[in-house]
Amino acid sequence: MMVETNKTGGQTFPRMLLQHAQARPGKPAFREKDLGIWQTWNWSQVADEVRALACGLAAMGFKRGMNLAIIGDNRPRLYWAMAAAQCLGGVAVPLYQDAPAADMAYVLDDAEIDFAVVEDQEQVDKLFEIKQNLDRRNSLISHIIYDDPRGMRHYKQQELASFEKVQELGRAFDKSHPDFFMNEVNAGRTDDTAVMLYTSGTTGKPKGVCQTHGSFLAAAQGGVAFDKLNPDDDILSYLPMAWVGDHLFSFAQQLVAGFTVNCPESGDTVMTDMREIGPTYYFAPPRVFENMLTTVMIRMEDASALKRKMFHHFMEVARRVGSDILDRKPVGLTDRISYAIGNILVYGPLKNVLGLTRVRVAYTAGAAIGPDLFRFYRSIGVNLKQLYGATETCAYVCLQPDGNIKFDSVGLPAPGVEVKLAENGEVLVRSAAMLKEYYKRPDATAEVIDSDGYFHTGDAGIFDEEGHLKIIDRAADVGKMNSGDIFAPNYIENKLKFFPFIKEAVAFGNERDMVCAFINIDMEAVGNWAERRGIAYAGYTDLAAKRETYDLIAECVEKVNTDLASEALMSGTQIHRFLVLHKELDPDDDELTRTRKVRRRFIAEKYKVLIDALYSGKTSQYIETQVKFEDGRKGTVAADLRIVDVKTYDALKKAA
Amino acid sequence: MNENRKIGDVILDLQNISLSFGGVKALTDISFNVREHEIRAIIGPNGAGKSSMLNVINGVYRPQQGEIVYRGQHRKDMDTYAAAKSGIARTFQNIALFKGMSVLDNIMTGRNLKMQTNFLMQALYWGPAQKEEIEHRRKVEEIIDFLEIQHIRKTPVSRLPYGLQKRVELGRALAAEPEILLLDEPMAGMNVEEKQDMCRFILDVNDQFGTTIVLIEHDMGVVMDISDRVVVLDYGKKIGDGTPAEVRSNQDVINAYLGVAH
Repeated sequence: MMVETNKTGGQTFPRMLLQHAQARPGKPAFREKDLGIWQTWNWSQVADEVRALACGLAAMGFKRGMNLAIIGDNRPRLYWAMAAAQCLGGVAVPLYQDAPAADMAYVLDDAEIDFAVVEDQEQVDKLFEIKQNLDRRNSLISHIIYDDPRGMRHYKQQELASFEKVQELGRAFDKSHPDFFMNEVNAGRTDDTAVMLYTSGTTGKPKGVCQTHGSFLAAAQGGVAFDKLNPDDDILSYLPMAWVGDHLFSFAQQLVAGFTVNCPESGDTVMTDMREIGPTYYFAPPRVFENMLTTVMIRMEDASALKRKMFHHFMEVARRVGSDILDRKPVGLTDRISYAIGNILVYGPLKNVLGLTRVRVAYTAGAAIGPDLFRFYRSIGVNLKQLYGATETCAYVCLQPDGNIKFDSVGLPAPGVEVKLAENGEVLVRSAAMLKEYYKRPDATAEVIDSDGYFHTGDAGIFDEEGHLKIIDRAADVGKMNSGDIFAPNYIENKLKFFPFIKEAVAFGNERDMVCAFINIDMEAVGNWAERRGIAYAGYTDLAAKRETYDLIAECVEKVNTDLASEALMSGTQIHRFLVLHKELDPDDDELTRTRKVRRRFIAEKYKVLIDALYSGKTSQYIETQVKFEDGRKGTVAADLRIVDVKTYDALKKAA
Repeated sequence: MNENRKIGDVILDLQNISLSFGGVKALTDISFNVREHEIRAIIGPNGAGKSSMLNVINGVYRPQQGEIVYRGQHRKDMDTYAAAKSGIARTFQNIALFKGMSVLDNIMTGRNLKMQTNFLMQALYWGPAQKEEIEHRRKVEEIIDFLEIQHIRKTPVSRLPYGLQKRVELGRALAAEPEILLLDEPMAGMNVEEKQDMCRFILDVNDQFGTTIVLIEHDMGVVMDISDRVVVLDYGKKIGDGTPAEVRSNQDVINAYLGVAH
């Protein structure tokens, strides 16, 4: 029943969808676990579903050029809604589903949202709250389409329609206007805006990054060819749909390569679902890999002595030769045999538990990953690689090629991408996979794209002698210490965060004489550690203030200092003093962005007393902080924080 | 929020119930009724006879005096099997789950009464038994989805925190698709967040499945917020009955809770 798409206007995502429906109609395109069972939709079904939804939206008045808000967890229907909007020449605008109503209101207003496809009652409530509270200037939110009918029985507002209802409407509309859908798809052009992703806004208000079909296609095609992705691959989609990484992997690359997107049952079941699916292509921010490793380590500590011994023995083998075996470098026969035995006894079962058995290519990005963490996964045979990109570049700038991995770099410029460094070390990028503009912000667009067409990433980087790019920090965050040393806070924090006991860290040192740091302990890891030592604690604040906890953290900080002392450029930025914060840094309190990046300036202001105490030599400081709970209520946490000094080391000369 | 939920006729009527254990009078001449689709709370100080009352309703205790009218049927007492069979399910004050079994299996036991095939067929997973099991499993999965406990589906119950165990117990009771659900202190020992979750589930059960709910609860805020009518017991006697507002202003109830000067 599918009509051949014409080619004028160039390739678009709707056209690709219809091509898959013709080329591989019976092959699974989406899976979702519902009521404990994996449900499958093949390409031909997906094309039908998208068509019905698109026609329904059109029947309700959705017009070319309009923006469609999409809010919810990763659900096949929400991905279809993106495609449906694009079929009609509209723009998909996925939003962070866990954002509170106030944050969401800004984006909805800025994007002039009239139509929204949302997951469930929670999001519907949020939209109505926003609609009531905001003086509508731009958006009307006059159509809200919901996926999950649970709890919606008493909602009688005229704005609401269920997903099924809209599709029903669409099927009827399709019947009476049989040419409509294909005409709309064929009117699409490759340089139309396909999707608008809002930047998380480390600084200022979020900006809508307009990406065209062409730009995301360029990024997706580049990546698919680079890693030889094919229709037999499986991925698990669990990262926020509003994040550029998920859009690239679960939407753009899916439509280019034709692989299967699997949606987990809920956010809490991701680990189980991952084991069941066994993705072959996997993407996760470093935090996820870190959590996995933390869980493994905690469970290993509780295992029997024999198992523990075996684990540590073979992990040592893996550390020595694992990465080389993965990179197909020459390795001695005895080591190969040891590794093979380890694979049967430890690495294989471990990968199986983590759901990584079938992984051919795994990527991490979004933040720097600790080299030891990175090495761990590669050593057990998971082809984990780093990439570097931004929302504005479709997450496509640098990739690490198979077999040529450098732990501390993000790899070589990806095919079709030109990368150069500005004088201040800022990374500049030019490629086809670049933003068309910031929505309604020509001033901001002009600021980031220079006259030569280079996009200014805002990251500071250096190229090594083989051309691998190494990102050290945000260009704006890199500062100078009074001694003249370069101060890259992120670089130091990442070293701290590699320790499983440290969840978050904030380093200070710009225009100061020494580096000091705030530490957030990892409740799970430190809690477990305390439990095994019989240390009683009442909660986070109490545990964080324990003398034993301070000793533990001081040990970690000292290790970071020895590490920093051995690096030529960084030895001057060892940490002299630190304190353990009484509360976890939280996006709800505006201390982190939604993607869990530290909001440096905000923290510096909010905890000014603590910073002053760090630098004034005090040994403790009282602080009271307001916190927001998940349900929106507010409370305060107060504590008397200890501040301790740490040993620092002389700069070590690198061994010749 | 409840405009769609129609409270119907009296479905369960307890008339002049008295229960004693030897010389101890647990319940003295208590009468009250429960209407279809309502949330009925039983409150009272410790030892007031609340749990005994629930035990009378589902037949664990047999009252020495009184009559129970359930759906028009007059009976002297209930027995547990008949109560379960006729659509009365309950949860317990002290969690009574199979600790070593998974959440899924525990909830599945709630379907026991609905199973038609015999033990042998089930053991062999043969023919109709297989079909039946799939059908029951689907139902259980719906409950798991409803209570949002997908992530612990296969976890042994003993490894779960208290709040979740309570939720699993509610799930097992729901699996029996009851007409009347007896909840014995569903929120005891929970933190505020868990209480809020539980309240929402109780209201959702009542609203979505139309299940009549009789609950015992100590948290007055919860009782006053979610119940339609409240009966108050003290020393085995009924001292108040009515809407939350009526009960709150009842002098006897205030005395029982705050004490009176003698």
